Amino acid sequence: MRIAVTKVVLFLLCLVPAAVLCWDVFVGDPGPDPVARIVHETGAWTLRFLLITLTITPLRRFSGWNLLIRFRRMLGLYAFFYACLHFASYLLLDLGAFWAQLLTDIVKRPYITVGFSAWLLLVPLAITSTNAMMRRLGKRWQTLHRLSYLIAVLGVLHFLWLVKADLSEPLIYAAILAVLMLLRWRRLSGRN
Amino acid sequence: MGNLMRATHAEVHGLNRRLPDRTSEHSGKKPRCLIDGAYTLQCQDLGLVRVFDHGGTPMRQRLFDPIIASEITPESAYMQRRTLMKGLAAGLIAGLAGCEHEVEAKAETPVLPTPKPEIPGLKTWPGSSRETRTSFRDVTSYNNYYEFGTGKGDPAARSANFKPRPWTLEVAGEAEVTGRFDLDDLLKGMAFEERIYRLRCVEAWSMVIPWNGFPLASLLKRFKPTSKAKYVRFETIERPREMPGQRSAIIDWPYREGLRIDEAMHPLTLLAVGVYGRWLPNQNGAPLRLVVPWKYGFKSIKSIVKIHFSETQPPTSWNVMAPDEYGFYANVNSAVDHPRWSQASERRIAEGMSIFKARIATTSFNGYAEQVAAMYTGLDPQTLY
Repeated sequence: MRIAVTKVVLFLLCLVPAAVLCWDVFVGDPGPDPVARIVHETGAWTLRFLLITLTITPLRRFSGWNLLIRFRRMLGLYAFFYACLHFASYLLLDLGAFWAQLLTDIVKRPYITVGFSAWLLLVPLAITSTNAMMRRLGKRWQTLHRLSYLIAVLGVLHFLWLVKADLSEPLIYAAILAVLMLLRWRRLSGRN
Repeated sequence: MGNLMRATHAEVHGLNRRLPDRTSEHSGKKPRCLIDGAYTLQCQDLGLVRVFDHGGTPMRQRLFDPIIASEITPESAYMQRRTLMKGLAAGLIAGLAGCEHEVEAKAETPVLPTPKPEIPGLKTWPGSSRETRTSFRDVTSYNNYYEFGTGKGDPAARSANFKPRPWTLEVAGEAEVTGRFDLDDLLKGMAFEERIYRLRCVEAWSMVIPWNGFPLASLLKRFKPTSKAKYVRFETIERPREMPGQRSAIIDWPYREGLRIDEAMHPLTLLAVGVYGRWLPNQNGAPLRLVVPWKYGFKSIKSIVKIHFSETQPPTSWNVMAPDEYGFYANVNSAVDHPRWSQASERRIAEGMSIFKARIATTSFNGYAEQVAAMYTGLDPQTLY
């Protein structure tokens, strides 16, 4: 029961960034370049949710708080949710009537190629996130979902590649990801 | 021209002034308008001859006038917004279709208010763009000015301590008249125009901005560049105490830009001292900035302290930092993409712009091809990025 309530609270909490953005854009003041803001913020929240999701396992190990695993799927799906908003806003708002540019962008622009691949890789993870799928895939489920490491790396790379001169913000994400990966290093390398 | 020749009187004048307390300039106290003496002293230190008298003109004092809040958002506009909000709250949860409706509703609201003009006697210019303008608020709150930080909002948020007066412009290199000049002396008696130009950022967004200023050529001619002056180099001021962005080494400060002499002398090339009829806010490059409308925005260097006529092509900041991404010419060119993104189209930031229709096609030379393309015949357009 308490877990159910926590889940509802968490669910609503994860929606807050989207709600704030929606409010600013349609009711309040989105600032001078609303499209850039929407695309940037949905992208940033995708990265944040990816990193939060990847924090669950090490945090659980160190704290011994096994309940945390019950929230991981929701957080991962929120990463996918924000990734979809990010991709959709880029396609429908930023490119708009110039959507044909998408194809050349995906092929010619490395940062878009990388970002698009990351989004694409998230799709099978979202599809196989149900209990039924977990049962069906068995051991292979975990192998498949290790793709999340690659997706996070691609996400950070996508951000690093698009900034003009000041790398500090994407480097913060890169540093956090590096720590999260190092915490897994022994276990992952030990198994192989 | 007469101004430039009137030296001795000012020197005497400068000596008569009390010595300014230089340390207090940086002590974070409110800006003082009466530090004229600081300039004269500085020049005497360096033994330079050309020092000019300038009284405490009312123009300068207005630079420090705060913008009164009521001027920015009239109550009527504010109330209309409130009414709009009431109707919108319910539709917030609705999907995209619902949202689109609200966007249309928003486009009908009155344009963002512009504070009343303060630069007297602005002449209109027949070549001005008739496209929908970018609001005063957006022009002054969405800026790339790394001296104050790399965020678009940083320049507006972090430039309050910057002091655009007194201001000395140093002129050097291949010209007959060189030296250090007080900006107000140079501007004295000058007529300013209002020119509405498109501004295209290399990041693929654009604005339509009513600048106030004068052709760069009219100033450069006063310094009588020699036949050796093939290029003009510009430098932004370096003041890390007032410009927090300069405390990190994102760019090899000071910011440098340059033009070929024919580009610098082109009648479209503007030196701006104001925007929307108001003296340039710090975040827009106060007190003096370049505006070259057919080139990417980074060419339009801000807060200029140095003009140098040179025989060779000068190094320019972005070109030095990433030569494959930012060329010396940096002419707006939809056919030559930035290595990392397309330059075929741009996001227009303008009043009442729907978020679903913000992207427009980029035109060659930013729409000024007719006036400027002739300067580049024979040059490979691929080198003009």
